[in-house]
Amino acid sequence: MNRSRLAFWIFFAPVIMWLVLLIVLPHLDLLTMSFRGENDYGDPIWTFENYTNFFTEPVYWLTFVRTALYAIITTFITFLLAMPVSFFIAKLARTRAQGALMILLLLPFWVSELVRIYGWMILLRESGVLNFFMLKLGIIDTPIEMLYNDATMIMGLVYTSMLFMVVPLVSVMDSLDDSLIEAAHDLGAGHLTIWRTIIIPHCKPGITSGSIVVFMLALGNYLTPNLMGGKNSLWFTEQIYNQFIASFNWNQGSAFGFLLLLLSSLIIWVGLKLTRQKLGEVAS
Amino acid sequence: MSNDLSVRNMVKKFDDFTAVDNVTFDVPKGSFFSILGPSGCGKTTLLRMIAGFEEPTSGAIEIRGKDMLGVPPNHRPVNLVFQHLALFPMMNVEENIAFGLKRRGVKGPEIRKQTDTMLERVGLPGFGGKQINQLSGGQKQRVAIARCLVLEPSVLLLDEPLGALDLKLREQMKIELKKLQTKIGTTFIYITHDQSEALVMSDHVAVMNNGQFEQIGTPQELYGKPKTPFVAQFVGDNNQWSGNVTQSNPGEIIIATDDGYSFRTKGDAPCADGCRVNLYLRPEAIRIEPRQTEGLNVFDVQVKSILFDGANSRLLTTTKEEHELIVTLPQTRKFDHIKPGDTISVGWHPESGICFEAEA
Amino acid sequence: MIRSLPRSKTYNWSFNLFILLYFTFLFAPLVVTCVLAFNDSNFPSLPWQGFSLDWFIADGPDRIGLFHDDQNLRSIVTSFQTAFFVSILSVIVGTCASFLFEKEEFRFKGFLYFLMLAPLVIPGVILGISLLLAANTAGTFFEDVFGLDFDLFRPSFWLVVLGQFSFISTFVTLVVSARLRKFDHSLEEAALNLGATQLGVIWHITLKFLRPAIVGAAAVAFLMSFENFNTTLFLVGSEPTLPINLYLQVRDGSTPVINAVSLLLIVGTSLMALANLYFTKKGD
Ligand SMILES: Nc1ncnc2c1ncn2[C@@H]1O[C@H](COP(=O)(O)OP(=O)(O)OP(=O)(O)O)[C@@H](O)[C@H]1O
Ligand SMILES: [Mg+2]
Repeated sequence: MNRSRLAFWIFFAPVIMWLVLLIVLPHLDLLTMSFRGENDYGDPIWTFENYTNFFTEPVYWLTFVRTALYAIITTFITFLLAMPVSFFIAKLARTRAQGALMILLLLPFWVSELVRIYGWMILLRESGVLNFFMLKLGIIDTPIEMLYNDATMIMGLVYTSMLFMVVPLVSVMDSLDDSLIEAAHDLGAGHLTIWRTIIIPHCKPGITSGSIVVFMLALGNYLTPNLMGGKNSLWFTEQIYNQFIASFNWNQGSAFGFLLLLLSSLIIWVGLKLTRQKLGEVAS
Repeated sequence: MSNDLSVRNMVKKFDDFTAVDNVTFDVPKGSFFSILGPSGCGKTTLLRMIAGFEEPTSGAIEIRGKDMLGVPPNHRPVNLVFQHLALFPMMNVEENIAFGLKRRGVKGPEIRKQTDTMLERVGLPGFGGKQINQLSGGQKQRVAIARCLVLEPSVLLLDEPLGALDLKLREQMKIELKKLQTKIGTTFIYITHDQSEALVMSDHVAVMNNGQFEQIGTPQELYGKPKTPFVAQFVGDNNQWSGNVTQSNPGEIIIATDDGYSFRTKGDAPCADGCRVNLYLRPEAIRIEPRQTEGLNVFDVQVKSILFDGANSRLLTTTKEEHELIVTLPQTRKFDHIKPGDTISVGWHPESGICFEAEA
Repeated sequence: MIRSLPRSKTYNWSFNLFILLYFTFLFAPLVVTCVLAFNDSNFPSLPWQGFSLDWFIADGPDRIGLFHDDQNLRSIVTSFQTAFFVSILSVIVGTCASFLFEKEEFRFKGFLYFLMLAPLVIPGVILGISLLLAANTAGTFFEDVFGLDFDLFRPSFWLVVLGQFSFISTFVTLVVSARLRKFDHSLEEAALNLGATQLGVIWHITLKFLRPAIVGAAAVAFLMSFENFNTTLFLVGSEPTLPINLYLQVRDGSTPVINAVSLLLIVGTSLMALANLYFTKKGD
């Protein structure tokens, strides 16, 4: 390569500053902080205490497991919902309607997550719009509180991360040649067989990247569990927030943060390994 | 002989565009039937209607005497080899071939036996474990055909299956396909825009243009006795003149061409004196320096260049009036003396001219 | 099954119904939010009390409309400022990064590329706390060693900008890289051959070619910054951005002025997203 060194440094300097100062160092700091603590005299020391706390205090690790499980459930439901939607857009909708449907699909997600959740709150709460109509129609006699429970929270999580499943799925389904489905049909395959043997195998890359992103977003979400979840159903990010902002125990919070980072990296790594893909491929 | 397929007055409209326009034909059992036409003339649409992927706007389809209207593709005794093959990339060769059998609930060992026999038949023994992307173009071709044949369809539909192959392979596959068809005896309906494919392989060819069938016949008929100007031009090469009829006798007419020649030619169509006609003449109908000129139309042309192509060599010549003519140059060494720039005399027999009344 | 295959009436019907329900699900919260912004009521709920613009223009004492609500207005301005700086910074650095990764060869390129992708899989909350920790460490360091006190190292406007920039740059890099990959290198070579300098070529030829992608990426960066919550939550100082401000109001309960803000947000982002879509379509 015969490029001028000057050009290289002009590109290299800002990028390395960005990555080192804002990505690498802060996360190293997170790691060290999670091993710091105070002894009985208030002097800073190295310790595993933050991690042992996590394992000995059931509230902590139960929240952790719960968060992971619910994130997986969210991912799965999102997938189940996104599959027919993307199939409709890519393979069933009239070609002219496709573009418009896609835009309609994307629009709500450009709006702040907070606004979307707020919308759900005024729909679902005790004095909410849904209750109002159900009372009017005589379906119920007394308003019911539909907010602040796990089911609603999961619905909220599905809602906020839907897009990141639908978009990759639509694009892989678009790349599936119609004639493959026709050929399978011609050879005598029924709907289920076509889904099982042709569509799902073809969509695997899209399913992986969609699932990874959705899982990540659900795991790291703060707003939805905080505003829609029940009072006694903590999300792990809320634990982190509490440690940092409420109890001001940054060491404990760092340990939690690091554990969450570990979990999300692990799941992503497993997902990529299972489908034999690289992060770079999924990203682009 | 009974017909495997018969299509009656089939029409297909997309909105107000007519893709297939009142097509009627029969395909006898066990024959190789080609539909030949330029790109976009409606071949694929016609085939997809036969396969059941497209609903005809009107018309009837019968396969082995059974009406097929409203029968979904998977219940028709036909299988389609797609234009781009549509092999399943997520399965290997064996799984591709076994796909249809499995759907029919055939048992495992039986499936194995049948796929192996089929692979052998199409000349790919031992290829079962290969992935689709490991195959060459010609091999994919054969797997696609095997995948359909294993289901023993009454009729196999093939949509330009050689389109993606390079020339050499295409030549080879042409012959192999014909051999395969003769061996297994299944009725083939074959779509192509390549006239040589159609002529080489088929028992019968239908020439299609703008959604309509111009002519159905054996390859020899299409070449020797084209019924429409389109067929004359599309099947094989032709030289063309325009002119007026000056005299019409039974079985023969005399034409005065626009550039001043007077030709005698056979005229089947009753043409009144003075009516405008187009005259078509095959390159091989023109004889170079004929020894016997009696009864021939003879005139002089100048050689512009020699288009050497082995057994298929031709001369590009022009008449005095700059009318271009392609003339077959037999490779018998007899004409080796001809050089560009020479003036030679040529002649053709009135029997070999083909005349059509010009459209206004 | 698909467009070209025969489908039963039930199949078509149930699919259309499903899609209809899905889009209702997608838009219900947004529509309800927008409609209730005009309800002449003190609570964001039904029954409908009549049309009113109070929540936009009222000026006390009972109701304070959005245009007189200093706190909300200020947070909108803050959000605009943040988004402005974040887009500029991330477009510059992201463009540099795409040049670096697409055109230069150097040691550890693979590793650096991986680092560049990392923000995609780091939950926003973790990014936030890491940066908070790092800023704190840096602040302590500068104070101890040089006796200097920087505002930057405390939760503040600029820390929020840095925090958002740290992950938005990754998206910009991906968008610009995708376009750069389509660039025909012979154009550059031709320009060099005609006597242009290395940097001159980049400025006159390559950047011209990249312009649609850069504009698109800037718009995406702006929107992402404008609606970011998770990372911002930990870095925000005395000047809350709009999502943070809204969050506090939603959590603690508030008047339909939130609906008014949401309506503006929905309309604004939709317009911006549509404009972006339109221009990128035209650019291709
Ligand atoms: N679904 C459709 N909607 C509208 N028009 C169509 C549709 N399918 C085909 N056509 C039109 O019908 C005409 C015939 O198309 P068809 O695919 O049958 O051509 P073809 O003869 O197979 O061409 P080729 O040799 O290029 O494959 C074309 O002009 C095409 O534009
Ligand atoms: Mg075709």
